[in-house]
Amino acid sequence: MAASDTIGGTPRQRATDYLLRRHRFRMAEALPWLIAIAVFFIFPTRMTFGSQVLVMVMFALSLDLILGYAGIVTLGHAAFFGVGAYTVGLAAARLDWTEPISGLFAAAIAAGLVGFVTGWFLLRYRGLTLLMLTLATAILLQETGNLRSDISGGYDGLPGLTFKPLLGVFDYDLYGHTNYLYALTVLAIIFFFVRRIVYSPFGQALTGIRENVRRMHAIGSPVHRRLVTVYTIAAAIAGVAGALFTQTNAYVTLTVFDFDNSAKVMVMLILGGTGRLYGAFVGAAVYMVLEDYFSKLSPTFWQFGIGLMLVLAVLFAPRGILGLFERIGDYLAERKRS
Amino acid sequence: MAALQVEKLNRTFGALPVTRDVDLTLERGARCALIGPNGAGKTTLVNLITGVLKPHSGRVLLNGEDITASSQADRARRGLARTFQINQLFRGLTVLENLCMTVGERDGHCNNLWRSSGSKREVIDEAIGYLDSLRLTDDALKLVRELPYGRQRLVEIAIALAQKPRVLLLDEPAAGVPSSESHLILDVVAALDPDIAVLIIEHDMDVVFRFAKEITVLVQGAVFTQGTPAEIMSNEMVRAVYLGQEGHRGGHHG
Repeated sequence: MAASDTIGGTPRQRATDYLLRRHRFRMAEALPWLIAIAVFFIFPTRMTFGSQVLVMVMFALSLDLILGYAGIVTLGHAAFFGVGAYTVGLAAARLDWTEPISGLFAAAIAAGLVGFVTGWFLLRYRGLTLLMLTLATAILLQETGNLRSDISGGYDGLPGLTFKPLLGVFDYDLYGHTNYLYALTVLAIIFFFVRRIVYSPFGQALTGIRENVRRMHAIGSPVHRRLVTVYTIAAAIAGVAGALFTQTNAYVTLTVFDFDNSAKVMVMLILGGTGRLYGAFVGAAVYMVLEDYFSKLSPTFWQFGIGLMLVLAVLFAPRGILGLFERIGDYLAERKRS
Repeated sequence: MAALQVEKLNRTFGALPVTRDVDLTLERGARCALIGPNGAGKTTLVNLITGVLKPHSGRVLLNGEDITASSQADRARRGLARTFQINQLFRGLTVLENLCMTVGERDGHCNNLWRSSGSKREVIDEAIGYLDSLRLTDDALKLVRELPYGRQRLVEIAIALAQKPRVLLLDEPAAGVPSSESHLILDVVAALDPDIAVLIIEHDMDVVFRFAKEITVLVQGAVFTQGTPAEIMSNEMVRAVYLGQEGHRGGHHG
């Protein structure tokens, strides 16, 4: 309290200042980026794994827009990741279009289109109905790919893809250094966009839909249009994540559409904390590092470790790791005051 | 031209008619009350007027325009606001954000994805203005769910006011509030802008007879009678079907 008292005298000024300043960058927000850069220098041999973590952070970030902010629960977010992954995969394998950055844009447009069309129809529904319909969307796309395995490569995938050097200059090295910096740069740009959206009036309206959709209708909000808009944006970002996945791995198979992929990204986001922007960073990184560690520890029983971690998270951090930190912070502040 | 006109409105749930040939007119600045026993279809009528439910026949006119086919949001943007019998608020957001959201949606700011929501000073100032008028400013930065229920009821009204409505439907504004605090809410209702047409649903006859200039009595989905408070109070049939034991309480206000 002491700190906020010094900002302005009257409650009116304090309230105004709070909203005027809320969107400003805080020092703590530099932390994940500093860590990501530090990782580049500390673990130079683990950059391929590092790129995969960054791709999943981006994927989880896109889910945060619709799950954390708009409150839409979906089990088919892998559909858009897959569309993006296959856009650059097919372009490279079938059309010899191997320029990486234009590939990202193509993936964003393709996934965004799929998001717009499916969102237009599906977002009239909520709850379990929506859950089933989004799940079905991803399965339908996967089976379409399977049906035309002559084009998609089926479950064997499209292996051994090669891409042109980044910006025509930076070639890919064995250790994935270029890929890591590439993925980090794209993530930073995407994050900047997502952060703007979250703190915009549109982002506020999304939280309104999450908090009380009946009230949103009553104050005249075009709820469906808002949901389709954010769903399209999230789909496009998931598509970029999928495209980066294909580019950094140099292969893609139909497993990108797996239910497993949709479920995993949701678990990561919930583990980190929904509706907080940085929950995607924490959740994806913690999940993937532990998965990597457990699978080396015990190649047969590693999933036990993941399961245990999730049980502990549900018991002790129901609002995610960031939620837990917040609670600890509040508790310490409370103690200091009394 | 009437601010709100309801013509021959009908609605059934299955075989049960819940709204039967209801006619209702609110002139500009009207102070109307809708009363009736439990299950008379009062809230259903509000839901039909606001577009939560669609009528099976009949028309709803807002400032002379037919809005029967319009969505709920469209009606809200045209100046029709309501409060809910049970609070419908953004419980996890601050009181101030609840108001800023309403102003933002009203003026179309929420279509903007790029600028920060704090960058429009006038939105915040206007939102705080509504909080000031309901003496909620001290709670501006509290989450709605942290407020006592009576304060939350005031936020409910503040949101409706922030819509700058021409017609306001109040569904039991003091419901669930301890009687020691209900006068705060009723004072706010009594002080509403005289240009707004207000329809209030209320069970407390003291409030109805003090506030309303016209009263509509709804029984089993149909308009039983309409009239001034004096007419309603002296109507023996209304006493019989509804006022009953409560009739005498309104008497000394008449």
